[in-house]
Amino acid sequence: MMTVRPAILLLFLGMALVTYLPRMAPLVILSRLELPPWLLRWLSFVPVAVLSALLAKELLVNGTHLDVSLNHPHLWAAIPSFIVAAKTRSLMGTVLVGIASMALVRLVL
Amino acid sequence: MTREVPSALPATMLDGLRAAAPVMLGYIPIGFAFGVLARSAGLSVAETGLMSLLVYAGSSQFIGANLLATGAAAPSIIVTTFLVNLRHLLMSTALVPSLRQNAPWQNALLAYGITDETFAVNTAVLQGRPASPRFVAGLHISSQASWVVASVVGALAGHLVGDQAAWHFGLDFALPAMFVGLLMPNLHGENRKARYGAALAAAAVAVTVAVTFPDPNWSIIVATLVAATLGVLLS
Repeated sequence: MMTVRPAILLLFLGMALVTYLPRMAPLVILSRLELPPWLLRWLSFVPVAVLSALLAKELLVNGTHLDVSLNHPHLWAAIPSFIVAAKTRSLMGTVLVGIASMALVRLVL
Repeated sequence: MTREVPSALPATMLDGLRAAAPVMLGYIPIGFAFGVLARSAGLSVAETGLMSLLVYAGSSQFIGANLLATGAAAPSIIVTTFLVNLRHLLMSTALVPSLRQNAPWQNALLAYGITDETFAVNTAVLQGRPASPRFVAGLHISSQASWVVASVVGALAGHLVGDQAAWHFGLDFALPAMFVGLLMPNLHGENRKARYGAALAAAAVAVTVAVTFPDPNWSIIVATLVAATLGVLLS
């Protein structure tokens, strides 16, 4: 139960390295350079783009296909969260309402 | 709606812990489910905890454990992990304006904790302003601690409740709901129209790529490149 096989440790170290490098390299290297204004402007749109892309996949894609049916009710369960987020700006409120909505949807279906 | 007033800049590790609360709420059930899966894939409890500590990337850990269970070779698991996690390249770059004043060694440590979720919280709170390394460290350490502890607990106790327990309570929906909450402050900065345009484009491209290509690892990267460029053109 508490054993760590050497081959598994080696595999994890390899996975860790290829995961860490893309996290670290831009931040450490580009922080030393003066970035041109157009790039800073472009980067200012990255958060909204990443968030929207991640969210769209969560809500609309089931495996490898578009699915907004009741088999994959994520889009519908997110509606109360969108309303709470727009009205209150409370992040924790938005999360709790999302959890409750999904639990309710699964209870009913 | 009133103009968005940026909140006071968080400065302490405690501020980071507070900001991590929704991330932790999402990581605990998913980390638990990962622990259950890792055990059934043949990993020991210690190996499960070590994977969450060293690799610390949700989807690639699930994929890695599944590949291990099917007897895949280490090099192919490592290449898959690299491709799945390559999107962090863009997030790390986008954090440069907020973190560039820190020492390189500080940034090298903070970078370890960049995930989809911590990136989303960081950018929503900071909105491009300089970040205190203590705040970011508090956010990253709390988030990863919840992930590691939850996966160990899942590996230890998973057989008692099974990996479907969180599903019935809707807990797997904590992170998508958090993305909903974090999208709002990101939509309402300067250049509102350009931000809405970028968000719509990102969603459309991400879904199109994900359903068109059977290997959807690229959808987030392609969507971000297209949408951020469109955002610049619209602003």
